[in-house]
Amino acid sequence: MLDRRGFLQVTAAAGGGLLLGAWLEPALASAPPTLGNDSFTPNAFIRIAGDGTVTIIAKNPEIGQGVKTSLPMTIAEELDVRWEDVQIEQGDLNPAYGGQVAGGSTGTPTNWEPLRRAGAAGRQMLVAAAAATWGVAESECTTRDGRVHHAASNRSLGYGELAARAATLTAPDLRTVALKPPAEYRIIGKPIGSVDTPRIVRGEPIFGIDVTLPGMRYAAFEKCPVFGGKVADANLDAIRAMPGVRAAFVVDGGTNLSGLLGGVAIVADSWWEAQQARKQLDVTWVSGGTELQGSAVFAQQASALMAGTPQRTLRQDGDVPAALAGAHRTVTADYHYPFLAHATLEPMNCTAWFHDGKMELWAPTQNPGSGRQLVATTLGIAPDDVIVHLVRAGGGFGRRLANDYMVEAAWIARQVGEPVKLLWSREDDTRHDFYRPAGWHRLTGAVSAAGDVTAWHQHFISFGEGERFAQGASMSATEFPALFVPNFRLDASVMPSGVPTGFLRAPGSNGLAFVSQSFIDELAHAAGRDPVQMRLALLGPPRLAMDGERAVYDGGRMRAVLEAVAQRSGWGRAMPTGRGMGVAFHFSHRGYFAEVVDASVAADGAVTVHKVWVAGDIGPIIINPSNAVNQVEGSVIDGLSEMFAQEITVTNGQVDQQHFGDFPLLRLTESPREIDVHFVKSDSPVTGLGEPALPPVIPALCNAIFAATGRRIRSLPLSQHDLFPAS
Amino acid sequence: MPVSFTVNGRATTVDVAPEMPLLWVLRDTLDLKGTKFGCGLAQCGACTVHLDGSPVRSCSTPVSAAEGKRVTTIEGLSDDGSHPLQEAWVEVDVAQCGYCQAGQIMSAAALLAEHPKPTDEQIDAAMNGNLCRCATYLRIRSAIHKAAGQ
Repeated sequence: MLDRRGFLQVTAAAGGGLLLGAWLEPALASAPPTLGNDSFTPNAFIRIAGDGTVTIIAKNPEIGQGVKTSLPMTIAEELDVRWEDVQIEQGDLNPAYGGQVAGGSTGTPTNWEPLRRAGAAGRQMLVAAAAATWGVAESECTTRDGRVHHAASNRSLGYGELAARAATLTAPDLRTVALKPPAEYRIIGKPIGSVDTPRIVRGEPIFGIDVTLPGMRYAAFEKCPVFGGKVADANLDAIRAMPGVRAAFVVDGGTNLSGLLGGVAIVADSWWEAQQARKQLDVTWVSGGTELQGSAVFAQQASALMAGTPQRTLRQDGDVPAALAGAHRTVTADYHYPFLAHATLEPMNCTAWFHDGKMELWAPTQNPGSGRQLVATTLGIAPDDVIVHLVRAGGGFGRRLANDYMVEAAWIARQVGEPVKLLWSREDDTRHDFYRPAGWHRLTGAVSAAGDVTAWHQHFISFGEGERFAQGASMSATEFPALFVPNFRLDASVMPSGVPTGFLRAPGSNGLAFVSQSFIDELAHAAGRDPVQMRLALLGPPRLAMDGERAVYDGGRMRAVLEAVAQRSGWGRAMPTGRGMGVAFHFSHRGYFAEVVDASVAADGAVTVHKVWVAGDIGPIIINPSNAVNQVEGSVIDGLSEMFAQEITVTNGQVDQQHFGDFPLLRLTESPREIDVHFVKSDSPVTGLGEPALPPVIPALCNAIFAATGRRIRSLPLSQHDLFPAS
Repeated sequence: MPVSFTVNGRATTVDVAPEMPLLWVLRDTLDLKGTKFGCGLAQCGACTVHLDGSPVRSCSTPVSAAEGKRVTTIEGLSDDGSHPLQEAWVEVDVAQCGYCQAGQIMSAAALLAEHPKPTDEQIDAAMNGNLCRCATYLRIRSAIHKAAGQ
C-alpha cells in the first residue's frame, strides 16, 4: 500500500494526527504499488506520483451508501485537485485509516473533519515545496486544480512536478492546517456520480461474490435450521462421492450465535456442484434447545408481560397518574411490529485463503475490524495474521455488521488448505440472518381540552435478559416524546429468545417511529386537532431538549423540517374519497426528518402510495447531492417495502420464510412514482444519510391510511390487515 | 456433455452437466462475473441475460437450453460501455450498491430493442421482474427514458 518512505510520512503525520493513528503495520500492507522515487505520500489517504497521478484512498466499506465517492470528495476538495483527475482506490483493513465501519450513519460525521484535514495537509506541503523551489513566501502561493501558482511571477507547477520535493518535507500537525471556507468548494456540494458506476454498468467483477483466486474451490455450508443446533451425524461419505466434491466435513462450531455455528461444509470445484451435493445431505442434528420457540410463543409471552408489572422503568417525569386522571381525553392502544430480515441482494459470501501462517480474506463486510477479531479468536491465530481486503458489498442494511460468513469461510479454507469462496444460497440468507427484533408496545396518552399532550405512558416489550436488551432491541430513555411531554413514563420488559437479532437500517427507529408517530396521530384525532398542528404544539418553541447536562434533541430543527414538508406537500388540502395524507417525523442518527405520504386505498383494499415528500436536516452542507437524493428515495421505498408485506416468523425454532416469494421487496410498479426530497440547511454539524430518512415514512403511510379510510394500523405488515373499506 | 453456443459473439463450448444453470456456467466456467446471483429462483432478475435477444433468468435456465443460441451478457452489451443504457445509467447516477444493475440494464436493453420509445406502462411490464434492494426504481425509470431519448 505504501512504500517505505510513505510509511515514515504516515508516522510523521500521526505524530500530531487527529486520526491517522498508529503505525501502518508492514505485515498488513498488501500489494504495494510500484511507486517511483518522485512520488509523494503525505498520509495514508493520498498518493501523488511524479507523473501527476493523484490516488485517494476510500477507507470505509462501500455497501451502496456512497462513501467510496463522498469521503474521497472531501479529501480531493482540500487537496485542491480536479475530481476527474483523481483515481479512487478502496483501502483494505488497516489501522492507518482509523475506524473502518459502515454502520450507524457514522461515516460522514466521523470523517468529515479529519479527512478534509488530511487533504489540506497534502496541499500545504505541496505549497511549501513550490515556495521553496521558487524562493518565495508560501503566503504568496495559491492552488487550483492540482497546480500551485505564484501570481506575482506568473509561474506554476503541477503537483506531480512537486511530488519529489514535497516528499522530503515533514507533514504538518493536522490540527493546524487551514481548511477552505465552504464558499470556495468546487467538489463538495456538487452532484457527483458514484465512482464505481462505470464499472458496474460494464459488469466488471467488483463485488465480494466476484472474487476469484487461482486454484479456488467453492463452498456451501449447511447449518442447523433450528438456531444453535449442532451436527450429530451426516452422510459425509455419500456426499464426498458426488460429482465435483473435493471435501465434506462437519464443523462443530460454538454457542455464540454471531460466530461460527455447527454445520456441514461441502467444498467442490464449482458452487453449483457443492449445492447439488448439498441436496443429498442427510444430517442428524442435536438441538440447541430453542426448538420450542416461535412467533406464537413470543406473542403469548409478550401478552403476559404486558398484563404484568413492568420489569423496569426507564424514565419517569412528572406525575402520569394524576395527569391521566385529570385529562380531557385519554387514549390507550397496543402496537406491534415483527421480526424482519435484511435480504441484501448479494447473499452472504466471503473468500478465504490460509497461507504462510496467515488468513487472508476478501470480505464484503460492514465491519472488517470486528471480523478480523472474530476470525482470529475462533481460529486461535493472532489478529495481525488476519488480512482483510474490503470488497464492494451488494447491499448491507446492517446485515454485514455481523461477520458469521467471514469466520465460516476462514474455518473452511484453513481446513482444506486451498483458497475457498463460501457463498450462501438465498434460502441460507433468509433463514440465518440477525433479525430486526419484533416489539410490542402499550401506550396510554392524555390530551387537555386545549388539545395538548399532557401525559404519555409507554410499556415496551422486546427481547433480552435482565437489564440487557437483545442486539437491536433497545429503546432509549430519551426517545421522543420524552422531554416534550411533562408527565412521561417509559417502562420496558424483555423475554429471552434463541433467535439471533441485530441491526437493520435505522435500528430501533424503524419500529419505534411507527409506534410513537402513529400514536401521536391518534392523540391528535382524539383532540380534534390537525396532525401537523398537534406536532408543532408538541415540539413547542425551538429549543434543545436536555437530559440532565446533555442536549439530546433539537426541537427547533425538527420544527423546521416539519414546517417545510407541510408547506411543500400542500398539507391540509382537500383529498378525494379513499385518499389521504399522513405526516410523521423522526430523529435518528443525528438527522431530523419529516415526511408526508399521499396514499389511497382502493375498493379491494389495495394501498397505492402516490407521492412522498421528505424534508431533512443533516447539517449545513450536502457533500454529494446526487447520492443524497438517491439515498433518501431508497430509504423511503425501503421503509414502504418493510411495512407492506415483510415479516419473518419463527416456528419450532426455525424461520418460516425462505426467499423473495415469502419475504417480498417492493417492485418498480409498487413504488411511488414521485418522491420530493428537500434539505433544510442548518448551522449544525455535517452528518450522515444512510438511515435517518427511513423511519418516518412508515407511520406517515399509516396515518395517510387513517386519513383515507378511518382505519388505524397498529401492527405491521399491512398485508395482515383487511383494508377493504367498511361498508 | 458438451454444449455449444455463442457468448457475446464468441463461439463457446463447455463440458458441464446439461442441467447446470446458465448463470453458473457464465460466472464460474467462463469467468463472466457481470451476471449476478440473487435468488436462484427467477424471483429477482439479477441474473438476466439475453438468449437470442430475449431476456431470460439465467439462474433458472439450464445451459442445455442455450445449445446453438446466442447468449449476450452485460459484458457483451457494448464493447466499451457505450450502449445508450450504460451511458444513461452513469449520467443519471442510478446505482447505489449496484448489484442488481446488470440485470436491470439487460432487461431494459431487451425492452428498448422491442420498443425504442417505451411508455411507462411498457417499462412497468418489462422491469417489474427486476428487484432493486436499494430501491433505485425512480432513477431506473428515468435512465430508461433518457436512453430512449425521451
